[in-house]
Amino acid sequence: MDQIKNELTHKSKASKQDVRGRTIAFICIAVIMLVVLSILFMITSRGLSTFIQDKVPVSDFFTKTVWNPSAVDANGHYLVGALPMIVGSFSVTILAALLATPFAIATAVFMTEISPKRGQRILQPVIELLVGIPSVVYGFIGLTVVVPLTRQLFGGTGFGILSGTFVLFVMVLPTITSMYIDSLKSVPRFYREASLALGATRWQTISRVVIRASVPGLLTAIVFGMARAFGEALAVQMVIGNAALLPHNLLSPASTLTSVLTTGIGNTVMGTLPNNALWTLALILLVMSLLFNLLTRYIGRKGGLK
Amino acid sequence: MHKILTKLIQFSLIAIIPILLAGCGGRSGSSVTIVGSTALQPLVEKAAADYQVQHSNVNITVQGGGSGTGLSQVQQKAVSVGNSDVFAEQQDGIKASKLEDHKVAVVGMGPVVNKDVSIKNLSMKQLKDIFTGKIKNWKEVGGNNLPIVVINRAQGSGIRKSFERVVLDGKQPMNAQEQDSNGTVQKIVEATPGAISYLSFSYFNNQVKSLTLEQVKPNAANVATNKWKIWSYEHMYTQKNASKETTKFIDYMQSKAVQQKLITDLGYISIHDMKVQMDANNKITPVKGGDH
Repeated sequence: MDQIKNELTHKSKASKQDVRGRTIAFICIAVIMLVVLSILFMITSRGLSTFIQDKVPVSDFFTKTVWNPSAVDANGHYLVGALPMIVGSFSVTILAALLATPFAIATAVFMTEISPKRGQRILQPVIELLVGIPSVVYGFIGLTVVVPLTRQLFGGTGFGILSGTFVLFVMVLPTITSMYIDSLKSVPRFYREASLALGATRWQTISRVVIRASVPGLLTAIVFGMARAFGEALAVQMVIGNAALLPHNLLSPASTLTSVLTTGIGNTVMGTLPNNALWTLALILLVMSLLFNLLTRYIGRKGGLK
Repeated sequence: MHKILTKLIQFSLIAIIPILLAGCGGRSGSSVTIVGSTALQPLVEKAAADYQVQHSNVNITVQGGGSGTGLSQVQQKAVSVGNSDVFAEQQDGIKASKLEDHKVAVVGMGPVVNKDVSIKNLSMKQLKDIFTGKIKNWKEVGGNNLPIVVINRAQGSGIRKSFERVVLDGKQPMNAQEQDSNGTVQKIVEATPGAISYLSFSYFNNQVKSLTLEQVKPNAANVATNKWKIWSYEHMYTQKNASKETTKFIDYMQSKAVQQKLITDLGYISIHDMKVQMDANNKITPVKGGDH
């Protein structure tokens, strides 16, 4: 009797393990939350102090085109116009995504619909390899191959949005491809069977049924690719020229938010305007990645298969 | 599940241990942390390595991060020494009076051009006009018909401040490409037709062409007499009451052993060789008492 009572009123070994496991998990989550929250707080408070502490008008920051935070203009306003960088970042991101998408669709369709076996054996490792190459290597290849090639083919100095686009194209291609492969694989088998049973050819099935059904997945993949491109710093910095100029064509040197951030942060002192202005750029990057995230969620919810 | 958990714990231990170890870094006596200028970093790293061979109880850590980082870190007392390419007085947000300046070396800088550019010499005025965007083609300064591609250095970097102080004379530079390291600039100038930029003397090589200014050659002897005007000090800033180990190491940096051998080997110019000196207001005066 006592033994049964004991077993009922005391925790068993298994339930103790349960508690222990839960505690460890909670501690880990708490630590991660703390880290994330402090990063958010740090970037936001520093980033906003450009507007609050140094009294730079928000509209100036987003519409002016002269970036020289350590100087003031004739009227005593700080020269912190971030428009060139914002335009630069968006141009390379959007162009790279536009360029990479057809290739990603073709590769993914080949690997899932046309030749899954060869796709698995040859293309899968190739794509995984592309993901694993460090971005400094891409940048170095860009500097020694892409830039001279762009200069010879299209003119200019070779440094500019076009070179940045080419380098980012190779970097986002594997991201978009591998994500799109997953979404193609999740198209139900009976869609294909039904289409073939109705007399559709393989091409008709792929283009009108399979790709059609996976459009939300494709959009999500593209947004993820764009998020990667937007945040890429080193490789783009090496080929874009880093001139805080509003680009007037694809061949003129430009700059991105990340490239200005990385070149400038070591030369400024915490708490001064040149430093705060860089934190504001970081805040823009943060907000953008948040938007990209929300966008993928929205697409996932809105466009799921019905 | 159990296995995964054990693995997770192992993993986090592996991740945490280095942090703990780093935290206990100073336990064996004394440690000196030096942060800042990437231009000075190779010299200090090498000197620190040599120094620790003789003084095994001192632990010296040398990091880059840029002059701004170095100065702000030493001001916040987060590190023992902040390396800087510029005078603390010339950096926004730094209270120079709270810091102690130790000049350990001099760096000369000079304009370099791509090999396709046919000219060998520029006047100061021409150089200024090129960097302010007034002159746009090499033929305007007697060279071949080739557009000029200006490659500037990162805004706020020490080398750019020194260059613009001497060359631009208060004028605004044109908006141009910017690169933040000597190595990248060297590669880009080498590869881009018509390119001009400027490098520290130690990065001159035979893939890029260094120019003479007003017929003066960019070399250590001309910097020592200020005939070559584009140069700056490399500073090691400390708090006023620096620790004994820190002071000793800086003394070592300024000693003959480092100044006569290591400094010249690595392409810097020794402070002992300078026949002129410069103060924080960029005023240049002859050194009293001649050479040491």
